[in-house]
Amino acid sequence: MDQENIEAIVSKAAKDVFGTMLGLDIEVGASFIEKGSPAESQKVVALIGLAGQWIGTGVIGCRPEFACRIASLMLMAEYPAVNEDVLDAMAEMANMIFGSVKTELEEHLGALGLSIPTVIFGRNFATRSVGQQAWTVFPLKAGEDDMELKFCLMPNRDFQMHPRALRAHPLVLEHA
Amino acid sequence: MDLNVLIVDDSAAIRKILVRVLSQTDLPIKQVHEANDGSEALKIVEANDVSLILSDINMPNVDGLELLTQLRVSPKWKDLSVVMITTEGSQAKVLEAVQLGAKGYVRKPFTAEQIKEKVLACLKPAA
Repeated sequence: MDQENIEAIVSKAAKDVFGTMLGLDIEVGASFIEKGSPAESQKVVALIGLAGQWIGTGVIGCRPEFACRIASLMLMAEYPAVNEDVLDAMAEMANMIFGSVKTELEEHLGALGLSIPTVIFGRNFATRSVGQQAWTVFPLKAGEDDMELKFCLMPNRDFQMHPRALRAHPLVLEHA
Repeated sequence: MDLNVLIVDDSAAIRKILVRVLSQTDLPIKQVHEANDGSEALKIVEANDVSLILSDINMPNVDGLELLTQLRVSPKWKDLSVVMITTEGSQAKVLEAVQLGAKGYVRKPFTAEQIKEKVLACLKPAA
């Protein structure tokens, strides 16, 4: 399975979820590779882990205003500021996008598990996955709003020794 | 007959969407209960006369497939209508859910129409 296929799968999953759940047509820009993670300014970020013979992490992140718009469209209520509903909506977006990615990848890579999503809202923080350097970054645009979707995937060397170790990949949150 | 519906999902956002979708159907719904996972769901089923369950699969504690397993071993609940609404889309998971007695399966992301269609089909008496 090559990088081009993975990019097509991620891009299609994002478009499907935004279109079906929010009625939003999004544009997915040209993806690029990012090594390391720069500090985030004020953002809402949702992370989810994949584990099996391959391990990886999916991340979506956007400004709080767009997160509120996503929640408003999903739940059909007004959200002027980030609250529990907004964080929950972002978690569910990550769950649905990377859940769809997981289902497609399983046809090529074998069974994969999906972790419970984690959402972070704050300022001046960086997210880093231990042992993983390169992320494929997809810039998404919905009208005036934009979002970054990041994904990384690598073979799970431990899987041979511990085939039942279907656990989420550890994530480290650090202050920038 | 008025319906007691139980929605089981660890996402409050999905529970809210499903409550709204159910309110848009013409179904005679008496009450909609909500549970965060399978363990809470079993307590609600025990205490209420639930007629339909809409459940996620991936949840903490007791997941959706374990919930189905526990319902099917009880003579009281073995025929309870359960529709799975989940990101799990692999053939293996769908098959497992059907073998455990799920009467419908909807993959996330979903439209309101897909949910209504599955719920109505699953409540329709067998010909």
